[in-house]
Amino acid sequence: MTTATTPAPRKSLWQKHAFFEKNSIWLVIGILLVISVGGLVEIVPLFYLKSTIEKVAGVRPWTPLELAGRNIYVREGCYNCHSQMIRPLRDEVERYGHYSLAAESMYDRPFQWGSKRTGPDLARVGGKYSDEWQRQHLADPRSVVPGSIMPGYPFLAQDRLEAADIGQDMKVNALYGVPYTEEMIAAAQADLRTQATTDAADADALQARYPGAQIRDFDGNPAFVSEADALIAYLQALGTMVDFRLYDDKANIR
Amino acid sequence: MPQAAMGAAPDPVGVPRQIQKSLTFGEGGLAATFVLLALSSLTVASGAETAAYAFHAYLTALASIAAVFVIINHHVERPAALPAREIDGRPNYNFGPVKFATVAAVFWGIAGFLVGVIIAFQLAFPALNFDLPWTAFGRLRPLHTSAVIFAFGGNVLIGTSFYVVQRTCHARLVGYLAPWFVVLGYNFFIVVAGTGYLLGITQGKEYAEPEWYADLWLTVVWVTYLMVFLGTIWRRREPHIYVANWFYLAFIVTIAVLHLGNNAAVPVSIYSPKSYIVWSGVQDAMVQWWYGHNAVGFFLTAGFLAIMYYFIPKRAERPVYSYRLSIVHFWALIFIYIWAGPHHLHYTALPDWAQTLGMTFSIILWMPSWGGMINGLMTLSGAWDKLRTDPVLRMLVVSVAFYGMSTFEGPMMSVKSVNSLSHYTDWTIGHVHSGALGWVAYISFGAIYCLVPWLWNRRQLYSLKLVNWHFWISTLGIVFYISAMWVAGILQGLMWRAYTSLGFLEYSFIETVEAMHPFYVIRAIGGVLFLVGALIMAFNLWMTVRSPDVEAAVSPAQNPALLPAE
Repeated sequence: MTTATTPAPRKSLWQKHAFFEKNSIWLVIGILLVISVGGLVEIVPLFYLKSTIEKVAGVRPWTPLELAGRNIYVREGCYNCHSQMIRPLRDEVERYGHYSLAAESMYDRPFQWGSKRTGPDLARVGGKYSDEWQRQHLADPRSVVPGSIMPGYPFLAQDRLEAADIGQDMKVNALYGVPYTEEMIAAAQADLRTQATTDAADADALQARYPGAQIRDFDGNPAFVSEADALIAYLQALGTMVDFRLYDDKANIR
Repeated sequence: MPQAAMGAAPDPVGVPRQIQKSLTFGEGGLAATFVLLALSSLTVASGAETAAYAFHAYLTALASIAAVFVIINHHVERPAALPAREIDGRPNYNFGPVKFATVAAVFWGIAGFLVGVIIAFQLAFPALNFDLPWTAFGRLRPLHTSAVIFAFGGNVLIGTSFYVVQRTCHARLVGYLAPWFVVLGYNFFIVVAGTGYLLGITQGKEYAEPEWYADLWLTVVWVTYLMVFLGTIWRRREPHIYVANWFYLAFIVTIAVLHLGNNAAVPVSIYSPKSYIVWSGVQDAMVQWWYGHNAVGFFLTAGFLAIMYYFIPKRAERPVYSYRLSIVHFWALIFIYIWAGPHHLHYTALPDWAQTLGMTFSIILWMPSWGGMINGLMTLSGAWDKLRTDPVLRMLVVSVAFYGMSTFEGPMMSVKSVNSLSHYTDWTIGHVHSGALGWVAYISFGAIYCLVPWLWNRRQLYSLKLVNWHFWISTLGIVFYISAMWVAGILQGLMWRAYTSLGFLEYSFIETVEAMHPFYVIRAIGGVLFLVGALIMAFNLWMTVRSPDVEAAVSPAQNPALLPAE
């Protein structure tokens, strides 16, 4: 630059900067060092500070059917309009329920906290509406909420759930430390069908593996396990795992 | 850097000599790699678990076979000697890949703006979702964001960086096939990512939706990009690396780090498009927004500041205002930006200490951002009159003004109390678009308006009047867009927290959705105006390329060279 031709006193700091301007490798190393600091300071402690994730009873891994439903939630990009993160603000707690805990999404890959509420928060949508409402709302949102601007997803109830390899999905999660046991992985296919069946014979075994799991024909069509079955099973489980009558928030002040 | 070794055997310098044509290592190696890639893609396709994944595998096989054919055909057609680095002592610049990236940028820009307009209308009129999986908002929105950020913005960055690094180093781009591999490989990544979204293949992480195999491919392309860029810098005939190249380097290096960190995943199987991210829950949230905010900081800011540092001085024919300011603002910007991610997670389950750090650094970030803005704007010193006569320069300068505006708004929104209102609302969308349309797109348009006559060797643009029309129509569009989103966002935030005198929440959620309708319509109209502006640009550029060639007499090679920073 022409300003650069102005004679500057020798050995000023500005002159020393020429080192980076003349050595591309040092420039790259300098960039790498400078950009590393912030990320390391903010990310690394989250893995070792014990206060990062609250100690709380009730959070269990997703059942095979819920996990398949969650994958449909991700596939359809629901996170583009729905958050799953209730902030500790008066209006949000009154509208959606207890503020979200880090523990509640500790098995979520990827996290689905979201960044936009074109539609309402879904962190505690489980149990808020009936299966029938969810079914109708997914197929034709404006049939139950006239002012809704959500897209319709009628194909979910028509499409058979493709989850032949859900056990493999659980294996990958187990690799990361999600507490899926050998037994859970071996029973994945059976559990998936069981959970989508009303009055299923081996419901007790499923309940033992996944305490609190809701077991019924979610989409009201016993002919086959549909994508709607999986998605509704996931939605009905959202935010229901922690019993907040028992939760001690004072013990988890961070 | 040493002068090009004149006459040394492996460095053809343009003197026609008797050279036996042989397959170079690059040609042979690349062709062989693509043969392997085609074979392995076909194997994967035969066992693919979903039809969508099989489609991607076949697409990869097809593209690989096409690549082999092009490489071999090119080898047969080319003269024995590879293109000279210099002709008559002047650098023999390689502008082919730059031209391709420029055309691709215009194409993807219009495609991305169009999808943006479609999803804007979907929010106003939900029937436009058509109840089909591949036309629903949830799949089209990532298509829009990726098309404008990575396809349009990415091609602008790759194209301009390949242009600027050659001109400021007075050296031909390194590599014979490598620059083409970068440009074509990157655009292939875009095609795989975009079609994937429509078919439901996504990681579900914002701005990082492409699945594991697309991410791996991008990694290969990106490393090649870094090597070509650095290699060209090593060939430079100037002792100093020009400031624009610092910013390009920071952009390329940091995006590589972010990409690897945020996309660490294990696929369910090689036959499945599905993978699971290594991080989970709160850690995944932090890693995601470390990535997400710095995609803004390094892709949409550092990269485009590099464009500012080359194209504004060039167009205004003035030196950069302050060399010292550029040093301070460069290091401060890249150091501070990295910290700002947690402001996307205010009041969430992310620990408070991280939120506070994120907020603090976001506010500090205001300073280097405005340092950059001042350096860009003050470069106009002594040339402000050109704003009246040169609409291209006006576009460049207005882009810097928008940069200043959105980098003030950003720190303000990162304050926790402001964020408690603005977060989750359309205010965020408005903020993003004042930066994306006003800053990123405008500086890109300005750079493209400069580049096309230079690259195609035309005296000037077909019509400056049309540039003027583009400028005013799209400015009107931006104003419609951002003011509608400000009002919508603040209104929605206030409605969510409104209480009646009896202490009940005043509005149900759906009432706040219904209140958005008029603003969604205005926003969509703003988007249409912006798209119309871009179409005018495309026509203008097309007519420029079609206009008669000018002899090299006015080619930019004759312009005085930029002096290096001292």
